[in-house]
Amino acid sequence: MVIFGVALLAICMLIGIFFGEILGLFLGVEANVGGVGIAMIMLVLIVDYLKKRGKLSLPAQDGLGFWSAMYIPIVIAMSANQNVAGALDGGPLAIMAGVAAALIGWLFVPLLSKGGLQTEETVEENTFIGGENKNVRNIK
Amino acid sequence: MFETLSNVFTDNPLIVSFAIIGITMYIAYKLSDKLTRGRIHGSAIAIILGLVLAYLGGVLTGGEKGLSDISIFAGIGLMGGGMLRDFAIVATAFGASFDEIKKAGMSGVSALFIGVLLSYVVGVAVALSFGYTDAVSLTTIGGGTATYIVGPVTGAAIGASSEVITISIAAGLVKSILTMIGTPFVAKYIGLNNPRSAMVYGGLMGTTSGVAGGLAATDPKLVPYGAVTATFYTGLGCLMVPSVLFLMTRAIFG
Repeated sequence: MVIFGVALLAICMLIGIFFGEILGLFLGVEANVGGVGIAMIMLVLIVDYLKKRGKLSLPAQDGLGFWSAMYIPIVIAMSANQNVAGALDGGPLAIMAGVAAALIGWLFVPLLSKGGLQTEETVEENTFIGGENKNVRNIK
Repeated sequence: MFETLSNVFTDNPLIVSFAIIGITMYIAYKLSDKLTRGRIHGSAIAIILGLVLAYLGGVLTGGEKGLSDISIFAGIGLMGGGMLRDFAIVATAFGASFDEIKKAGMSGVSALFIGVLLSYVVGVAVALSFGYTDAVSLTTIGGGTATYIVGPVTGAAIGASSEVITISIAAGLVKSILTMIGTPFVAKYIGLNNPRSAMVYGGLMGTTSGVAGGLAATDPKLVPYGAVTATFYTGLGCLMVPSVLFLMTRAIFG
């Protein structure tokens, strides 16, 4: 059933966020530390485990695939929620700091990801193992 | 007549947002096809349209939540809010490969530390050049430059003025917005086309919304790799900035 996939996703997210909060408390930080990242790693491992044993039905995969495909529309809704006016109101100091940080971040990407260029082929095979991949990769 | 229509809209906020985002994306993809022959991705244009709408919403209402401050568009806030955003980000992991995450893990982790430090130093340097010399203000603006959550968390912890906190939030927002818009344009120059560089990217830039939006417009299959590191960034920033980095800054600037 579709809901099994959605429920699996929901359970992973709740557990991940919970651990993120605990990690935050443990470190004495007022923030969730990597909750979403923990949830993602959990989901990858569980999906991998279930698929190898043929326990993840196609409808359940569709349930996961649907939310994965809704990601881009949700990101666009997110962009429509940003405090753009506030960012520009922050004045030249805020704008310069933000722009400089982004530019320097970009400059460092090739320095830190050296040696990663050959791996491109493996992605093609491995991504979107189940469900329809058309609606996820409709960008190209 | 108009009142009934407006009631239908305000009573079904999430449904309205599905329709609006769908229409926005349709227009964006058409523009991408017709005007740029697909060279600028439809989702990059859609994100820019979204930011323009957010600006208009902010200017019209004076609120902080972009378009969703206009009551008939409140559903946009629900659809693009933290809960569904994180849910969809976790869902992208459905297409990710654990081997790739493991392989690039170390580069991702070092990118996280370097990313927080870089943004912080840049923020402090710019704040210095604008005449701030006290450690509290410098640290807060540096933190905000990392992400717009680290800024206010730091500022509250070390007692910065509300003016400085506002600047720090704005700096983080500018970085996040620029990352959303700019990523697809710089991607090919910085080798952003494989899981490893995407994980490094998430760690370096750190703004979850910026990385998520930017990678979505560049190549959706990279999203899970960027997101998995970026979601640790804010936590790491909240950990390092008010403690180690504040102490170092105070030691240098008094």
